[in-house]
Amino acid sequence: MKKQLGKIESVNGNMIKAVFSGDIIQNEVAYVITGEKRLKAEVIKITGNNAFLQVFEYTKGIEVGDKVEFSGEMLSVQLGPGLLRQIYDGLQNSLPAFAEEFGLFLPVGEEIDALSDEKKWKFTPSAKKGDKVTGGSVLGSVPEGIFEHKIMVPFELTGDYRIEKISTGGSFTIKDEIAVLVNESGLKEKVTMTFTWPVKIPINAYREKMSPTEPMVTKIRVIDSLFPVAKGGTYCIPGPFGAGKTVLQQITSRYAEVDIVIIAACGERAGEVVETLKEFPKLTDPRTGKSLMERTIIICNTSSMPVAARESSVYTAATLAEYYRQMGLDVLLLADSTSRWAQAMREISGRLEEIPGEEAYPAYLESRIASFYERAGVVKLHDGEKGSLTIGGTVSPAGGNFEEPVTQGTLKVVGAFHGLSRARAEARKYPSVDPLESWSKYDGIIPQDEVDAAKDVLRKSDEVSQMMKVVGEEGTSQEDFTMFLKGDFFDNVYLQQNAFDEVDAATDAARQKYVFKKTVGILKTDINFTDKAEARTFFNNLRHKYIDWNYKAWDSKEFKDQEKEIDDFVEETRKRDAASTPA
Amino acid sequence: MRKVCTKILNIAGNVVAVNAERVAYDELAKISTARGESLAQVIRLDGKTVYLQVFAGARGISTGDEVQFLGHPMQVGFSKNILGRIFDGSGNPRDNGPSITENMIEIAGPSANPAKRVIPKTMVRTNIPMIDIFNSLVESQKLPIFSISGEPYNELLARIALQAEVDIIVLGGIGLKYDQYMYFRDTLEEGGALTKTIFFVHTAADPTVEGLMVPDLSLAVAEKLALEGKRVLVLLSDMTNFADALKEIAITMEQVPSNRGYPGDLYSQLASRYEKAVDFEGAGSITILAVTTMPGDDVTHPVPDNTGYITEGQFYLRGGRIEPFGSLSRLKQQVNKDTRRDHRAIMDVMIQLYSQYGETEEKRSMGFRMSDWDKKLLKYGELFENEMMDLKVNIPLEKALDNGWGMLAECFKPEETNLRTELVNEFWPKKK
Repeated sequence: MKKQLGKIESVNGNMIKAVFSGDIIQNEVAYVITGEKRLKAEVIKITGNNAFLQVFEYTKGIEVGDKVEFSGEMLSVQLGPGLLRQIYDGLQNSLPAFAEEFGLFLPVGEEIDALSDEKKWKFTPSAKKGDKVTGGSVLGSVPEGIFEHKIMVPFELTGDYRIEKISTGGSFTIKDEIAVLVNESGLKEKVTMTFTWPVKIPINAYREKMSPTEPMVTKIRVIDSLFPVAKGGTYCIPGPFGAGKTVLQQITSRYAEVDIVIIAACGERAGEVVETLKEFPKLTDPRTGKSLMERTIIICNTSSMPVAARESSVYTAATLAEYYRQMGLDVLLLADSTSRWAQAMREISGRLEEIPGEEAYPAYLESRIASFYERAGVVKLHDGEKGSLTIGGTVSPAGGNFEEPVTQGTLKVVGAFHGLSRARAEARKYPSVDPLESWSKYDGIIPQDEVDAAKDVLRKSDEVSQMMKVVGEEGTSQEDFTMFLKGDFFDNVYLQQNAFDEVDAATDAARQKYVFKKTVGILKTDINFTDKAEARTFFNNLRHKYIDWNYKAWDSKEFKDQEKEIDDFVEETRKRDAASTPA
Repeated sequence: MRKVCTKILNIAGNVVAVNAERVAYDELAKISTARGESLAQVIRLDGKTVYLQVFAGARGISTGDEVQFLGHPMQVGFSKNILGRIFDGSGNPRDNGPSITENMIEIAGPSANPAKRVIPKTMVRTNIPMIDIFNSLVESQKLPIFSISGEPYNELLARIALQAEVDIIVLGGIGLKYDQYMYFRDTLEEGGALTKTIFFVHTAADPTVEGLMVPDLSLAVAEKLALEGKRVLVLLSDMTNFADALKEIAITMEQVPSNRGYPGDLYSQLASRYEKAVDFEGAGSITILAVTTMPGDDVTHPVPDNTGYITEGQFYLRGGRIEPFGSLSRLKQQVNKDTRRDHRAIMDVMIQLYSQYGETEEKRSMGFRMSDWDKKLLKYGELFENEMMDLKVNIPLEKALDNGWGMLAECFKPEETNLRTELVNEFWPKKK
């Protein structure tokens, strides 16, 4: 298609209106030529021969009458080996590469290739001449760090193709031809190791989508044990500022038992991203013994970077995630924060003068949120293997009020809800996931009856504590008071976790199962305390011993010794009180 | 050649519209009126119509006044002589000194590449235990002080400014009361810090729009200094006035308001200022402390709410004390592991117990009988408030930690706290 030209008619913040002639495509990329600079933009509305574009850069200096060049291509990302370990902005420009070329500040109107054209990859074919293939079929693989990066038929080739020619293996750059495909009508397609895909369209080069069943272990106890997430599932973490959303995401990105983690830092603080990108290369992945960076891609569009690129950054992240899912890997996409993405939509909608919905968000907010989370799932691929994409998004509700449109729109579509509470955060109870409000529709690692028992204790304990506020401790029965202490104990020793302790920060599935069972056992133990003071002392001491236990390495001698101390202590108290108070 | 217009089409609020061609977005113009000259900035282009926000306000502008486009965006002069100077919200001298016209730098420049930032690691000691122990301030942090009008937030800012070991202080006043401006000037002068301070002061008496430029001016100068290797502390008071000025312009421009009249891009606007806080690889740093007054003491008000999501924590100043609940320094974990082994544990335990004290205090005020445990908590709470929270307490971190252990030992047995045994063995004060 011929590339079209246009002229700028008006400028309003990051929204410009241009007059064009000929044909242009909705969501196509255009460039605003202002002086020496080429500012990237996207067509988001067309009326008559007016095109409305959101500009991915600050619009300072643009004049009415400046030229616009339409590219004829939708906003796309480049896929191929070499994506892992990268730190991209929302438009897939490498930030370290920018830093090398332009120094301390982000350049305006510059682009950089997402993948290296020069690096050679060792290709090993797995398909052979004559094989029938289609978009997503595997042709071979190259080693990329700890993974076998599968080289696939470009997803846009959806028809039936036959391999006419394929390389027998060797070192190639991503631009070298490795195979030639031919379809029924004889049309030939040359295939390299790289191709592009438009970010706003989900990749669907798989056989079928299945329902998520297998738990994804995050090593955060309150999540895995009480409100689990499934591989291929979706979850959201809404919470007021300061409740620990980002820390929770960071811990998940370190310890989650998945193959690949894609972090989309969307409109959040630059400092937090810096932490991730400086720390990750130094941290080892317990699963592989290699640097955590080997399995990570960071998409970073911080709050001071232009708003329109923020909107596209979550789509960029989702597309890269889907690409690795196509290789049969388990991928986790962490988006922090989806509210900033929604706000970016709101800003753009406002400048388009669309009729606003609730809190001035556009009417299509909910459907956009839904279609984003719908990109998650477990899929069966053409070769019968399974891949999964799990999406976890934080939500930053205005005023910490969950009744706002983004939280509500998200809750409708996700499978688990980890609501963070300001009250818990202020009392330094981390992670501040509210155990009474949160929910999950997925099956976890702990047997359901044990989970129900624990939740029951938490609920009753909360009821008693509410009641105590009215009637006081002296107006509460011994039995109720013990129940209150049990809930408080469980919260302290199991739900709360010290993210800054090496051992306590991550609890694997085996330990969770073991400790949960034991803890529920203690919650179920009836002890006839003589009075409230004794009960309080007992639980204080027990909590102390338990917290020490949490800091001991799993299955170590210290772990077993501490466990014995706990058992003895409980048993001793139970016997003593059973003897002192005749039934 | 500079473009000149002599016909103003519309005047609404503080925004005027003229017809002009080849005008750039964000460009600056000069409007000459019978009352003097004012700067104005292009905020929208629509065909031939150019909309400008007038810094001095549109009051008194005639439709026949002259608008001269300057061909460049807002700039600020930057020279060696800038230290100790006082400017207004348009960057003009307020101290009868000469204008700085050499070496003009653009304000609101591009943001720093995250790949070139370094992880903050230097604690800024303030000798205020509520900050040093519980929410350590870190170089390159951006932190607001949430408060209501009438609280001594400017006094707190000035105290931190004097005690913090920084090279240069940039004070940006937005809608600052005249006496508060004088207070800052006098305090810094008494403390001998005036010669390392630069003021950009917009007082409550100045036109509202002029205040909009203050954060950008302050931060542009701070950034330049940081690039020269200086450690700069930027104080902004009060950012709620800044947000209100944004609201005023947005409404004049008939933008769809999102929440209580504030524009939908309030978050981005605030973020692009706060995110200038930075620790550059191989150069200096910018630390931002800003006052955000909360209308009606409501933290869910759009200004404190959006600010809280942007900044790296917040200090609540209430009743003349820094509240332990809600106050947070997100960067404290970067520095409090290297101070003293017991720092983190003391920080957590003392707050947990103080929170329990709060519950007990509630019960007590309702007339419930106090158990032994309650009595211990009450004793502890009082100690904590008097010897930790009081802003008069002015002691170094180590001394404050020792005092913390003393308070715990005075009120509790070791197992009543959540402290690890090894720490108890090492630090718990032995009975005399």
